[in-house]
Amino acid sequence: MLKLLARNRHTVQRLGFTLLTLVAVVTVMPIVGTVIFILFKGGSAITPEFLTGFPREGMREGGILPAIIGTLYLTIGTAIFSVPLGIAAAIYLAEYASDNRLTRLIRIAIINLAGIPSVVYGLFGLGLFVLFLQFGTSILAASLTLSIMTLPVIISTAEESLRSVPQSFRTVSISLGATKWQTIRKIILKEALPGILTGVILGLERAAGETAPILFTGAAFFLPQLPNSPFDATMAVPYHLFVISTQVPEMPIQIQYGTALVLLVFVLTMNVIATVIRSRARAKRQW
Amino acid sequence: MEKSLSFREFIITRLIQASGYSAILFVALIFFFLLKESLPTLGEVDLTSLFNFRWYPIENYFGILPLLTGSLIITLGAALIAVPLGLGTAIYISEIAPRWMREILKPLVELLGGLPSVVLGFLGILLVSPFLRIFLDLPTGLTAFTGSLLLGGIAVPTIVSVAEDALDAVPRAYREGAWALGATHWQTIWRVTLPAAKSGVLTAIMLGIGRAIGETMTVMMVTGNAPVLALSLGNLFSPVRTMTATIAAEMGEVANGSTHYHVLFFIGIVLFLISLIVNIIASSVVFRAKKRAERILS
Repeated sequence: MLKLLARNRHTVQRLGFTLLTLVAVVTVMPIVGTVIFILFKGGSAITPEFLTGFPREGMREGGILPAIIGTLYLTIGTAIFSVPLGIAAAIYLAEYASDNRLTRLIRIAIINLAGIPSVVYGLFGLGLFVLFLQFGTSILAASLTLSIMTLPVIISTAEESLRSVPQSFRTVSISLGATKWQTIRKIILKEALPGILTGVILGLERAAGETAPILFTGAAFFLPQLPNSPFDATMAVPYHLFVISTQVPEMPIQIQYGTALVLLVFVLTMNVIATVIRSRARAKRQW
Repeated sequence: MEKSLSFREFIITRLIQASGYSAILFVALIFFFLLKESLPTLGEVDLTSLFNFRWYPIENYFGILPLLTGSLIITLGAALIAVPLGLGTAIYISEIAPRWMREILKPLVELLGGLPSVVLGFLGILLVSPFLRIFLDLPTGLTAFTGSLLLGGIAVPTIVSVAEDALDAVPRAYREGAWALGATHWQTIWRVTLPAAKSGVLTAIMLGIGRAIGETMTVMMVTGNAPVLALSLGNLFSPVRTMTATIAAEMGEVANGSTHYHVLFFIGIVLFLISLIVNIIASSVVFRAKKRAERILS
């Protein structure tokens, strides 16, 4: 009897493990499938003209250069605001803040920033940057909106990475006469850099792929020239993909796949860089 | 020299401190500007017509109930898909998968989290919705269910990573204890590891659902955008429209300061409050669990 039960338990286990393996495969297969499918379908659309030309014939021909440049501008703009602020906030939380009510409030605020729907960020950007501060629908307003959205990702990964630097590093540096800021700048930040960089890239990756926050803050349907200043609106790859796949009738499918591919490659590259930095730093770490 | 050094240190410390506080400032600013632009709604539309069944802004019908139910039914569908898949994958990664498998699976799930929602929407239009139309014999493939399927994909990475962290944090001694008592690996997972990680798993589910409610572009592209009241499961297979999609689709066309404009901000503040509640509950579950763990350890 006991023997039978034991065998039963192991049958259950084998069935259960098989089921969970299947679940994992079902979860992952569509991801791999999606990427391969778009690479395969979009590949033939990628020509030098597609990457460096302007859209023609109501966007049904030509290239997507203004969208690519626009996404680069928006990503750089987002980095300018969110990277210094995010890292400074992480330093505060990891190195300065004591565990009191205010700090807990900051943490709750960060968690909430991370959870606010992207379209609500768009509304906020419209209300504050576009209308109240009168930046207009512009690269500046869109970048600022995206930066606030990106902040929680940068803060939480940077903080985690700062915290993983052993306490002894700080003790030694301070005992050698360095001030707190010198310790942070020359020792802690240097050790935590790969982790911080990973977080920054993952945050910017999200910003680069977002559409909803820039819909009413800086995205343009179609522009015949490149933006000249931060106060101009701009085309962007994600918004362009949305426009040509839903708003333009008789859009050649090739251009749609090509645009999706460009966006995917942009995001994938950032993702791979972040993953590589992280795993190399882990392998090199001696403490 | 000494003096200027300590002065610089003082300034930098203050700057860092201010950056730390900025998160609170931003949440407050977001709330303030949503409130500022949405408050006039209450003067322009009375509450009974706001919480009504008809959304037809051109003729001044601003009933947000169809949008609310649209969001809810899609999110419910997404949760039904994402929770089993996400938890299953998290358990597989954390408890069962060999090391090399874990190294492949984790970046892939992370990659799914990084896929732009427009790309998912694009694939939804081109692949998922035609497939569903033919396979389920529907008049259109742009339905709530299509949205749920894709939103499930968006919620999965959040659920997997948070749940996996929680499972990972369960001390190894718990598992070893169970094995020593003769439990199989499988029994240990269900009777020991999962219950021990319960609060983290709940957080994972809440955060996943939070992501699904707030998702905009994907649902706007694949759910057909018909503002009908969705009260039964049958609505899962017809077009619906969510709160997020309504804001995204209509904000571009309204005049600043019009009633329609204020109502869209009102929907925005409803979304903001939903995400606030979801996240506060999710994070307080974590805090409580931490406190309990500290009690046990001390």
